[in-house]
Amino acid sequence: MERSSENRPVIQLRNVSYTLPNGQRLLEDLNLEVQRGETLVLLGRSGSGKTTTLKFINRLLTPSAGEVIVNGSNAIESDIIRLRRSIGYVIQDVGLFPHFNVERNIGIVPRIEGWAPDRTHARVEELLQLVGLDRQMASRYPHQLSGGQRQRVGVARALAADPEILLMDEPFGALDAITRDQLQREFLSLQQRLNKTVVFVTHDLREALRLGSQIALMEAGRLVTILPPVDFLRSRDPLAATYVKAFGESLDSVANRDGL
Amino acid sequence: MNIIHFFWQHHEEILELTLEHLWLVGISTLLAVAIGIPLGIISAHRPIWNRPVLGSANIIQTIPSLALFGFLLPVPWIGARADRLAILALTLYALLPVIRNTYTGIRGVDHSVLEAGRGMGLTERQLLFQVELPLATSVILSGVRVAVVVSVGLATIAAAIGAGGLGEFIFRGLAMVNNDLILAGAIPAAVLALSADFGLGWLERRLRPR
Repeated sequence: MERSSENRPVIQLRNVSYTLPNGQRLLEDLNLEVQRGETLVLLGRSGSGKTTTLKFINRLLTPSAGEVIVNGSNAIESDIIRLRRSIGYVIQDVGLFPHFNVERNIGIVPRIEGWAPDRTHARVEELLQLVGLDRQMASRYPHQLSGGQRQRVGVARALAADPEILLMDEPFGALDAITRDQLQREFLSLQQRLNKTVVFVTHDLREALRLGSQIALMEAGRLVTILPPVDFLRSRDPLAATYVKAFGESLDSVANRDGL
Repeated sequence: MNIIHFFWQHHEEILELTLEHLWLVGISTLLAVAIGIPLGIISAHRPIWNRPVLGSANIIQTIPSLALFGFLLPVPWIGARADRLAILALTLYALLPVIRNTYTGIRGVDHSVLEAGRGMGLTERQLLFQVELPLATSVILSGVRVAVVVSVGLATIAAAIGAGGLGEFIFRGLAMVNNDLILAGAIPAAVLALSADFGLGWLERRLRPR
């Protein structure tokens, strides 16, 4: 029965449901697998359950029923702190510690993991370079950075202890279009080099098509379909088609304005 | 000047009672901080504790100070000595601002910062000591500042039960209808309150997160 760890999915959700204490059902019988090195995009409207699904993986939320398996072991039974430190986490509001400078922000997980200070320092320098930030930024405080710089620090912080898994919850959602485009491009080249297993939440089809190797479409607490980007565009699924159509129309409407 | 002459004549006694006053205020503030900060943290983290804790601190605040001294008089060990009694009463009064501000400061920490910290695998203890308390420090200090200023004034009443402090001059002055005596208590007390206010205010501004 034992399969080699190479082709075993890194993340598995099996029959996962989530019910609020007041009885409201947020997620219904969800099944997902993420393979090593894959970028799975959870696409859906707000309230579709995509962020909830993401939070099961690092157990910020615990499902009411079902199993979450991360790296072959049941996430619900494993040590929650160890689990979280082995997973990078990036959120839309970044959540940098306002009283720490950039260096301390990036180095937080290595520090609480007990790395020697010079090893942490070297790692921070390496990460700053990796996410395209000047080394002088190390002594700045979050309030002195632009939105794009803050999110770069957020990504560097998530990568600090070199986790195999990266969870990203609309990380570029609050950025202006140009910065977002730039960070998406850098994400792709970073992902090519690092080959992490990524789960990425977004409501933007364009972002999903660009970054995902698989797109999981969610609606009202259910998984509608999982497809690679190319197949998603051709999908006969009515909801997927609606997304593609809305996306196409938004491009058309811009083209039509040009014609006026 | 009559009053300067009076102060000079009594400077030893003024100094002694000022130190006594400082001792009453200092010990009670330390106790209020030691009890109030943990209570504030608990009520910020566990919503069920919020109402009983802040509610009781509020009720204590509404008891007139002389009456509170009276209530505590029959308490064993505490009631045996006037200074113990005064310190307990001052501690009880100082609790509310310390608890309330600890609660407010911790609840005020940005939700996304906590979520990111938790998601990265900080333990609740690490979150408290490395994130929540440092970010709440200036708000907590402003509560301590209010507590100290109020205590300096309240401690003058402790003289009524024989606990000493600058209130001695004031009560003596009132009994003898002697304004110089009243001022010998009131002026040092005002100076104490103002310097505590200024010093803690300065510290609070320095520790305010950006």
